[in-house]
Amino acid sequence: MNERPELKQALGRLLGPGVPEIGCEECFDKLNQYVELELAGGDTDRGLPGFKAHLDGCPACREDYESLRAFVGGGQAL
Amino acid sequence: MATATVAAAMPEVPAVRSRPLDTESREWLASLRSRGAEQAAAIERLHDLLLRAARFEVARRRPGLPHLRGNELDDIAQEAADDALMSVLGRLDDFRGASRFTTWVYKFALYEAAVKLRRRAWQGREVPLEPESWGIFASSSATPEAEAQQGELLRAVKEGIAEALTPRQREVLVALALNGVPIDVLAERMGSTRGALYKTLHDARAKLRARLGDLLEVIE
Repeated sequence: MNERPELKQALGRLLGPGVPEIGCEECFDKLNQYVELELAGGDTDRGLPGFKAHLDGCPACREDYESLRAFVGGGQAL
Repeated sequence: MATATVAAAMPEVPAVRSRPLDTESREWLASLRSRGAEQAAAIERLHDLLLRAARFEVARRRPGLPHLRGNELDDIAQEAADDALMSVLGRLDDFRGASRFTTWVYKFALYEAAVKLRRRAWQGREVPLEPESWGIFASSSATPEAEAQQGELLRAVKEGIAEALTPRQREVLVALALNGVPIDVLAERMGSTRGALYKTLHDARAKLRARLGDLLEVIE
């Protein structure tokens, strides 16, 4: 069924990342650290394990991450 | 903490190593912890930063909110900045220097604006707790064999949701993962929090994965 990427995507939304992940509170606590580490080219998987898996499983936290990354990384911030 | 079980399987990592604060962050903390005119001026500058971030978030989401007028959107940005200011001032001691101070404060404004806009978008709408559509699982595949596998998977998913989950887990999984209800909207309607609902979703997903077992290998 590999020819059905949309099915795989729907299953991903339903079943989540299926690997160890942090929760929403910890994600919010470390969001600023993750974004700066990523923008600096650091190893986020090693520095903050389980963070990316959570972004894959939680659309709201992913949106928060994308906003902060766009704001800080896009020159919008002071 | 609601995330304890979610994080239980995480490998042990050392606590965030505190590093010397950069000059700008040190100055922010000193002025916000001062008294009188210096503190008032710092709070005003902080509010300006938070409002800038909140307006950025509002502008990003504006295309998805065509029914909201400009002044309503700016009211939301102002409220988000006000709420973020209270959060930041109440949590100053939580800032450990893991990033610049400004990056730390921006996330509060972006978060407050995003939550308010998600809730506004769903204002007056009923939150669906029953599956609305199985279309993506039921649509036709390229080969009869793939279609049969897909049919088997759909049956197993439906049975798993109906039989393996508690009523609460079923409602949360269906609303969030099938029907696309934003987690902050569901949290507000259920009188819960994002973290607690995600924990429920995480447990439901784990049960469903275990139930589907070998069937998932065909997909993954």
